[in-house]
Amino acid sequence: MTDIFGVPLPALLGQLLLGLVNGSFYAMLSLGLAVIFGMLNIINFAHGALYMMGAFLAWMGLEYFGINYWAMLLIAPLIVGVFGLVIERLLLQWLYKLDHLYGLLLTFGLTLVVEGVFRSFFGVGGQPYSAPEALSGATNLGFMILPNYRAWVVVASLVVCLGVWVLIEKTSLGARLRAGTENPKLVQAFGVNVPRLVTLTYAGGVALAGFAGVLAAPILQVNSLMGSNLIIVVFAVVVIGGMGSILGSILTGLGLGVIEGLTKVFYPEGSNTVVFVIMAAVLLVRPAGLFGKEK
Amino acid sequence: MNNKPLGYMALFIGIALLPVLGVYPIFAMKVMCYALFACAFNLLIGFTGLLSFGHAAFLGAAAYGAGHALKVWGFPPLLGIAFGMLMGAVAGLVFGLLAIRRSGIYFSMITLALAQMLFFYFLQAPFTGGEDGLQSVPRGSFLGINLENDNALYYLVLAIFVFGFWLIYRTVHSPFGQVLTSIRENEARATSLGYDAARFKLMAFVLSAALAGLAGATKTLVLGFATLTDAVWTTSGLVILMTLVGGMGTMVGPIVGALVIIALENKIGDLGQWLAGVTGIQWFTGLGESVSLVTGLIFILCVLAFRRGLVGEAGALVERFRKPGSAR
Amino acid sequence: MKTTLKTVALASVLACGSLAAQAQISGDVVKIGIITDMSSVYADIDGAGGVEAIRMAIADAKGMAAGKKIELVFADHQNKADVAASKAREWFDTQGLDLLIGGTNSGTSLAMAKVAAEKKKPFISIGAGTSRLTNEECSPYTIHYAYDTVALANGTGAAVVKNGGKSWFFLTADYAFGTSLQADTSAVVTKAGGQVLGSVKHPLNASDFSSFLLQAQSSKAQILGLANAGGDTINAVKAANEFGITKTMKLAGLLMFINDVHSLGLKTTEGMYLTDSWYWNQSAESRVWARRFFEKMKRMPSSLQAADYSAVSHYLKAVEALKSDDGDKVMAQMKATPVNDFYTKATIRKEDGRAVHDMFLLQVKSQKESTEPWDYFKVVTRIPGDDAFTKLADSKCPLVKK
Repeated sequence: MTDIFGVPLPALLGQLLLGLVNGSFYAMLSLGLAVIFGMLNIINFAHGALYMMGAFLAWMGLEYFGINYWAMLLIAPLIVGVFGLVIERLLLQWLYKLDHLYGLLLTFGLTLVVEGVFRSFFGVGGQPYSAPEALSGATNLGFMILPNYRAWVVVASLVVCLGVWVLIEKTSLGARLRAGTENPKLVQAFGVNVPRLVTLTYAGGVALAGFAGVLAAPILQVNSLMGSNLIIVVFAVVVIGGMGSILGSILTGLGLGVIEGLTKVFYPEGSNTVVFVIMAAVLLVRPAGLFGKEK
Repeated sequence: MNNKPLGYMALFIGIALLPVLGVYPIFAMKVMCYALFACAFNLLIGFTGLLSFGHAAFLGAAAYGAGHALKVWGFPPLLGIAFGMLMGAVAGLVFGLLAIRRSGIYFSMITLALAQMLFFYFLQAPFTGGEDGLQSVPRGSFLGINLENDNALYYLVLAIFVFGFWLIYRTVHSPFGQVLTSIRENEARATSLGYDAARFKLMAFVLSAALAGLAGATKTLVLGFATLTDAVWTTSGLVILMTLVGGMGTMVGPIVGALVIIALENKIGDLGQWLAGVTGIQWFTGLGESVSLVTGLIFILCVLAFRRGLVGEAGALVERFRKPGSAR
Repeated sequence: MKTTLKTVALASVLACGSLAAQAQISGDVVKIGIITDMSSVYADIDGAGGVEAIRMAIADAKGMAAGKKIELVFADHQNKADVAASKAREWFDTQGLDLLIGGTNSGTSLAMAKVAAEKKKPFISIGAGTSRLTNEECSPYTIHYAYDTVALANGTGAAVVKNGGKSWFFLTADYAFGTSLQADTSAVVTKAGGQVLGSVKHPLNASDFSSFLLQAQSSKAQILGLANAGGDTINAVKAANEFGITKTMKLAGLLMFINDVHSLGLKTTEGMYLTDSWYWNQSAESRVWARRFFEKMKRMPSSLQAADYSAVSHYLKAVEALKSDDGDKVMAQMKATPVNDFYTKATIRKEDGRAVHDMFLLQVKSQKESTEPWDYFKVVTRIPGDDAFTKLADSKCPLVKK
């Protein structure tokens, strides 16, 4: 058995793999955030709470209606998306003409409300949610035993992220979206319904978060605080990656997840803060972010 | 215009009389500390236009710093508080240097992330006691008066509060304050007039952090402990709410906001019981645990409809009655 | 304004017969307050069930003690020491609290003990584990009632080592309780000739144990000591099974309650040892009380909930005997009178407030052995109180004269 810097190889690879799983979540969530910010110029603080909502919907679907995981993978993001649509029409649209900070404050308030509702019904302790039969069990990789479900998470999130990238970069809908970001008035003059595009973007972005939530449900205990613990790290990821490119968000998310995993091996106490330290470093050297463009 | 300082005097005298009127001194002191915290935060958002989402970091740094100085090094109360304030200022300097590099939303996100990093440091560091907190911070005595007596401590805290408020008042009404306002209104123009915007913003940031530190250190003295709650991100959100509800950019707004929010936090349990009793819906008894739910709703309401906050709206109302002919 | 609002709230609440009674500020009431975790990782083992148990104790005392009415208030500390300390202080200062009960969580109990000592009122810690409450942080106003980390170490720790578990790795909850438990168990393990190969700390109420477990596995220890409780233990055990850690290491749940076993199921926990002060099925009297509890809460009581009942009954008897609720007198009375009820037979040590009673080493039954729902444990041995808890001679309490 080989040792790298005094750490056994199995342990290292194991943590790297776990880091990749975490990175998938970072990638998906920072992607949604970036898309929403690009289109609406709003930092959606509620992204974490909506991710949590997705996880809870999956749990509730199973617990109360007997709907299985695979169905919830489609249904939960849909519900979260509709919820996002309502939020955008009801609350967010009044803020576009105001200072940025109001959007942040509103979505922060929204986070508190959503978390508060779930907490009042379910407390803070986690609800257990098991992985579906097809994905339960584990594979012995030799250096560690990897639950099959975690491998699925990495695959599913990569597929979804790439799908979103293709949608935005390669389709006409995506083109309209990108154009709408750059010059909404001009695009509107061309007959594109920009407000509707905006609403759909928000709904789509949070649906992505909801999807991530369903993926997370069997791994973490479904609890009302799971979003807020995550969202701040995602913010740091977004600052590091810069909100210039979709691919940038995906790569940064995955990369940081892996780096976090590495830190857990060599310096476990620092694993919480390593993302923030990197953020500070990036800010000193390249304030626009690794993939960002100076606006 | 000139009766404003008189108004403040009346306010402070009113606060001084509260223990005599039977108000629980610990509650009132807690409100004063948070009011000072909110006023310090307001200096940054209301007058300079910078939304810091990590102000709890300064509250926490000062709280732990003062706690450690008072308990382990045996500093006398005021020196301990001064040390805490210094810790807040130092954190403010470091955060400020990094955060000022970006503006707008990015600035806020960076302050949040840096505050979270400091939070995790506090979680791990042995001297803070982690989850258990820094307990048993002694109150000591000041000028021979034993501060273990709640009433005695009250007047010291009031003095500190008035000092902090006065400092903010002087800052806002000084040439320095004018520059800050001009930066808030139009940074490009301020720069074109020859002001180094970044330097002014940094100074405002450090001052705000130091005063937030003063509030945190005083709070440690009052409550006798410093815990992670002081540095957690929800506390950053809380101070934003207090300022928003009270009125950003007004002097008294944050004080009103702090009072409203803390009273609400305390009373929400009772409110929930009462609602449950009246409506018969058992779920309301859980409302006491749902401080965040109510807080969130107030946030949303304020952002959509009450952007000027209680004091701001009241001021506008007064203006309208003063000039009956003006069309609004 | 505050008082008027309160009076209005009180009037409507009392009128509607609401559950938790708020009291006027007066000395004519025996006011009991419990601050515990009602919504988070420890909510099941104490929480609302603990409040109910205390209500049963008050009801059994006919709602009166020494001719005064008994009132109960409760609060959720959310595992935050500042919330607990502030609430306790507020109750002492403004509500005339006479007895403070500390539910789960050691950090909050340590904070509450200090407040009670300052206000010179009795504080009984039921759910907290840290042995510091009767050692470094002892106070004349603290009684540590149900169990502590030393007893757990002497019970489960010793038993596992005796069964061949010589090398240990600890997965520890990062706060007072976890640290205490790890320290006390390590001492027992090394004294018995075993070895502690390492440890890793996890945050309270952690949701993902996978990376911690991988670290544990790479240590190659035989035993994974779980120095945590409640929801954390449940999640750690689940994750350990998921990642196949249980194939190479044996799990030692250093603090487990019947609720944890109920959550995890017998299949996962079969054969695990645990040390506890009481089991509902251990005697006829226990069964009677447990079924009363079951009727109200629809689940069997944990030892902490039974201890809540026992401690409050003991306090009320003391108040009744003295016809007074003066803090110092009641403390002396509680320490002078032995406890003798369905929960336990105990003496509360005068010097450090430690309630010394027998503990039980239990083992989880297999599914075949379990004859009815909630029948999970068999008693392996009874550990005499003097062997389970710290001896006075070894105590680190400054109040113990050596």
